[in-house]
Amino acid sequence: MDLSELKEGQTATVARVGGDGPFRRRLLEMGFLRGTDIYVEKYAPLRDPIELILKGYHVSLRMDEAARIQVENVRDSR
Amino acid sequence: MPKKSITIALAGNPNSGKSTIFNNLTGTRQKVGNWPGVTVEKKEGHLKTNGYDLAVVDLPGTYSLTAYSIEEIVARNFILDEKPDVVVGIIDASNLERNLYLATQLRELDTKVIFVLNMADCARERGIKIDADKLRELLDVPVIFTVGNRNQGTSELLKTIISTAEAEIDLPRTRRVYYGKDIEKAINELSEFIREKTSAGLPYHIRWIAIKLLENDKIVKERVLEYTNPYGEAILQEAELKREHLREFFDEEPEIVMTDHRYGFIAGIMKEVEKTVSKQRVDVSRQIDQVLTNRLLGLPIFVFFIWAMFQLTFSLGAYPMDWIDAGVGWLGVGADRILPEGLFADLIVNGIIAGVGSVAIFLPNILILFFCIALFEDTGYMARAAFLMDKVMHLIGLHGKSFIPMLMGFGCNVPAIMATRTLESEKDRILTILINPMMSCAARLPVYILLAGAFFGAKAGNAIFSIYALGIVLAISVGRLFRSTLLRGKVAPFVMELPPYRVPMFKGLLIHMWDRSKIFLKKIGGVILIGSVIIWFLSAFPKHVQFSRNYESEIANISVHYDASIAAAQGDLVEKLVSERDEAISALEVLRAREKVERSYIGRLGKVLSPVFAPIGMDWRGSVAVLTGFVAKEIVVSTMGVLYAVGAEEDEKSDALKVALRKSNMTPLSAYAMMAFVLIYVPCLATVAVIRRETNSWKWAVFSITYSTILAWLVAFLIYQGGKVVGLA
Repeated sequence: MDLSELKEGQTATVARVGGDGPFRRRLLEMGFLRGTDIYVEKYAPLRDPIELILKGYHVSLRMDEAARIQVENVRDSR
Repeated sequence: MPKKSITIALAGNPNSGKSTIFNNLTGTRQKVGNWPGVTVEKKEGHLKTNGYDLAVVDLPGTYSLTAYSIEEIVARNFILDEKPDVVVGIIDASNLERNLYLATQLRELDTKVIFVLNMADCARERGIKIDADKLRELLDVPVIFTVGNRNQGTSELLKTIISTAEAEIDLPRTRRVYYGKDIEKAINELSEFIREKTSAGLPYHIRWIAIKLLENDKIVKERVLEYTNPYGEAILQEAELKREHLREFFDEEPEIVMTDHRYGFIAGIMKEVEKTVSKQRVDVSRQIDQVLTNRLLGLPIFVFFIWAMFQLTFSLGAYPMDWIDAGVGWLGVGADRILPEGLFADLIVNGIIAGVGSVAIFLPNILILFFCIALFEDTGYMARAAFLMDKVMHLIGLHGKSFIPMLMGFGCNVPAIMATRTLESEKDRILTILINPMMSCAARLPVYILLAGAFFGAKAGNAIFSIYALGIVLAISVGRLFRSTLLRGKVAPFVMELPPYRVPMFKGLLIHMWDRSKIFLKKIGGVILIGSVIIWFLSAFPKHVQFSRNYESEIANISVHYDASIAAAQGDLVEKLVSERDEAISALEVLRAREKVERSYIGRLGKVLSPVFAPIGMDWRGSVAVLTGFVAKEIVVSTMGVLYAVGAEEDEKSDALKVALRKSNMTPLSAYAMMAFVLIYVPCLATVAVIRRETNSWKWAVFSITYSTILAWLVAFLIYQGGKVVGLA
């Protein structure tokens, strides 16, 4: 499943980060590593970008970028 | 003998409170400039303590020390090449894991490092307990706690800096990131290979070079070629072979695997060092965001904030403006009295004092505006603005982060264009730079205030607001056009941290506000001063003009005529006649002054160009004013002052100018067309200069001048002619 398909309030675990070199590297440096839990905090008013919580901090990603992150073990955690 | 001067570099993630620590250390003794060769802002400060002279350099905030952005390269090169005595890694204690990523990289550089766990209070509030002793032991570096915004821990930090600088520390350290058996083997082999080829050629630690070569770091590759001639090629080939091998083995790029291992190393540290003692209490920041980035309320609140910012800027700013206006008037009158009459006095009073004064008057506006922008930045709202606006910016093909320089453009385009450095993609930067001048800067405001004040009365605020809105709409359209034609390409990834909201430090706000306002003041000091003198020259010369009438003899005739009657008259009649005489004379003097300007160099220039400006509703005076506005847009006002308010009293100049404008052939429609023209046409001299510097090419600077002037004319034409068609004239 793609990260972009998650609903607000859901948590999932990163399975794989796709995309090209620099983009992937930047995501990994920001902590999007395999096995990391990501919580979907909210979508922006215009449905894009998306606000996530991982490793205790808030970060935003665009939808087409979130679509490049595959997640597993999706669960509701609200 | 103890070393007396110490250089310190501050490194850290964005939002780690680095600039607060910097302000605490250096106070207001700061120097803001640029890093050599690039346009990233460099902040430097000095302090003296315990007989030591400390130079503190604030490195750009980065998440990593790879070579992807200019900021990262600048920060890394400073540590590697300038070799500061101590590197202070600022770590957000409430966000330890991700902050440790940069920290481990700092440690890998093998310089003397101190780690500062900043925002210790936030961490405590969130129920996070950090074992500093354990961290000190595991990382083998001094670790101290600070609370930057309460100035706690600063003296301990200073003590630690000095003791670390003086201490003998064995480098390289034994504890380091372990990259796993296969990568470690490659690192060791490559290190050995490099060591064999070079004895002392490389200024950096060899293990670090090997790691960076395996990560395919372009800067380090260049350095290796530079320093290890003639073996550079061989070393790079060897590194590429190893990369190939690792890529095959892991089925993944080596740098990705290495990033993973760094986080693995950090995870190990985290397990030993950090304990969450209590379940998180109410997260205030998150609750604020429930409102401020709410699906329904987020955008209206954002619009309200921007509106409030402008209201505050202009209504609150009106009071100090009056004082400055009075002060400048008083200065002019004073100088007029002191200086002997002549060309020099004319230059001082009408050229320099009037020109610079007409700009200095807007300093309160600019201070308030920059204060508001600093408030947005320091509270963390700026990132929310980018979050809210990214979709809109994305429509133009821009990053939400572009919104920040665009917003700053409302203050002044010069620092705003400098702020585009936060954008990683070159095309994003150029596009943002090109459309930035559409954001109506504070310097254009005087023109709007004058014209709208003269023609729109109580609705002046709305007229000005609509001009700002016009700028935004044009920026979007032009941006879309350029993105789909000139600057096609991918948009940079939008990985943006949304830091917790923070109560800003008043001192910090003032420092930020002042840093930026200084740029505006420098403009007054330099460019505007020169511009004012040029314009004064163009309007004061030629000194002797051939008038169409003989004003001197007409005035003399009036005097003679009235003087005879006054001598004959008695009682009230005398007073009446005297005032009649004075009125008649001053009417003639106004006519003479106007004709003098008309026949000056600047008047002739305006007349030559007036056919170009006639279709957009501007007469020769308007065209001269906008011509002079190239030096700086605020000069449009002072030029209009010279061209219209001739014969007016010094101390009520602005009101007199408004009256003069209303009496001229200008209409509300032509005034509005002129406001639109001033909004769009040629960015000012300073902006053009900064565009050239930031894009590193004259091509883009010239392009910016050309497209904006053509667009300005077209828009003003549509407004003026369209308005006439629908009967607004």
